[in-house]
Amino acid sequence: MLTVTNVKKTFNRGTINEKKALEGVNLHLDPGDFVTIIGGNGAGKSTLLNMIAGVYPIDSGTITLDGINISRLSEPARAKYLGRVFQDPMMGTAADMQIDENLALAFRRGQGRGLRWGIKKEEKAAYKKLLTKLDLGLEDRLTTKVGLLSGGQRQALTLLMATLKKPKLLLLDEHTAALDPKTAKKVLDLTETIVNDNQLTALMVTHNMNDAIRMGNRLIMMHEGRIIYDIKGEEKKNLHVKDLLQKFEEVSGGELANDRMLLS
Amino acid sequence: MSILLALQGAVSQGILWGVMVLGVYITYKLLDIADLTADGSFALGGCVCAVMVVGGHDPIVAILAATAAGIIAGAVTGFLHTVFEIPAILAGILTQIALWSINLRIMGKSNTPLLKLPTIFNNFVEMTGVRQSTASTIIGIIIACFIIILLYWFFGTELGSALRATGNNENMIRALGVNTKKMKMIALMLSNGLIGLSGGLICQSQKYADIGMGTGAIVIGLASIVIGEVLGRLTPGKLRSFSSRLISAVVGSVVYFLIRAVVLQMGMDANDMKLLSAIIVAIALCIPVAWEKYQLRKSYSAGGDGSCSQ
Repeated sequence: MLTVTNVKKTFNRGTINEKKALEGVNLHLDPGDFVTIIGGNGAGKSTLLNMIAGVYPIDSGTITLDGINISRLSEPARAKYLGRVFQDPMMGTAADMQIDENLALAFRRGQGRGLRWGIKKEEKAAYKKLLTKLDLGLEDRLTTKVGLLSGGQRQALTLLMATLKKPKLLLLDEHTAALDPKTAKKVLDLTETIVNDNQLTALMVTHNMNDAIRMGNRLIMMHEGRIIYDIKGEEKKNLHVKDLLQKFEEVSGGELANDRMLLS
Repeated sequence: MSILLALQGAVSQGILWGVMVLGVYITYKLLDIADLTADGSFALGGCVCAVMVVGGHDPIVAILAATAAGIIAGAVTGFLHTVFEIPAILAGILTQIALWSINLRIMGKSNTPLLKLPTIFNNFVEMTGVRQSTASTIIGIIIACFIIILLYWFFGTELGSALRATGNNENMIRALGVNTKKMKMIALMLSNGLIGLSGGLICQSQKYADIGMGTGAIVIGLASIVIGEVLGRLTPGKLRSFSSRLISAVVGSVVYFLIRAVVLQMGMDANDMKLLSAIIVAIALCIPVAWEKYQLRKSYSAGGDGSCSQ
């Protein structure tokens, strides 16, 4: 499905701010894999997702998705294959546009956009149905501007938008980090439902070790731009937070996970 | 009587300039770019139109050429902004300055009178027998309505929606597979095409083109948009829809030229008009910020349960 081979990325090369974000990442995902990614600040988790999405070009290595080499494709060109949800709830939706307009934009992800009308009548009915499933009371507010929704509602909507057209790979970049615990749980449950219902392949970055263990069928831990721990199946199910902490200390030479990881 | 004539002239002028305001609306309101190409592309439209008419071309062809010239000017700004990532304001200034020389080259002198040559307004007068000022009002309304309908349709299409989303949230629409650079390019071309068209119309209605005719066009555009918005807010009912916002931009332009006609009739020096325009725009931009600050101050209470608690 997704194969990342020896991908490297250095930001601000040759300057005092040089940051080696990825130092040779290798990763292979099978179809239907739901992988959670944990790691400390600056471990390269978000960078890895951004490299796959094409936000910045990679320095070296290759990324192939379903047999297609996407390493050199532009961000909009890769969008055809990827669904993305960001950490910032403001980032995934257009605030000044209506809920149905946002959904219609997402429905046409990766397609050429011509002079056909931007949203069809039958689409609106379909969106209404999908929004009903979210159970957030959005189904009767199709023409509401998205800017009037709460962070949780916007994130749920972004999740729906990212999967409206089935992506080959779903990228979730700490998509619940900015939400309060109750809303975060709701969005995570929704994530699980959507991923399972559509049998999606997904990568989810999280700071929450419990979520990382609970969700998905595989867990990887990153440290200083490398994948240092990769565990799946039964073994992952029996994992505990203390195992992860121990593992982390082992590889990082006694360095503890950051407070945010411990507290959450 | 002279005041009435002046007011009618102001209405027709306001509508023809309103086409330019629609162009400015696309970049300023939808894309959040203050595109300073406007001053240059407006004069460009006027100059191209004048030279074409003097050269014996059909006045309608001349108007179309003015539009095309505006589109090219927008493409130059778009090229500098999207390909070479020059900040939009600077890219616009560069094109605007370059156009000053280009416009002089096109005309060969700083002013081109059309004298008795045919214009779309003259032709309309001959066809219908109405007065000149009535003719420019009617033609202006027809063209403005046509363009508002065209824009309303365009911004409802897939492409137009993607363009609106580009102005709203670039990250999001890029993640949905839209090349935002291409969208900005299209918007700048469309906007400056309308500005060039407006320049051509003004040239034919005032019967001359002048190298300085576009100076301050962007400020007139912004002032009109602001006036239109204020009027929209003062009117009860549903004035939030896209079509009504387009209409209020043109109405804002008409009101701007009415204000202008009135203050000129009252004896204000015409050279002070630009100062007045700048003050109108500055005040309109200051009011929301000042109001918000005032509200914040007012809602403070030392006890913690002041008037702001609901």
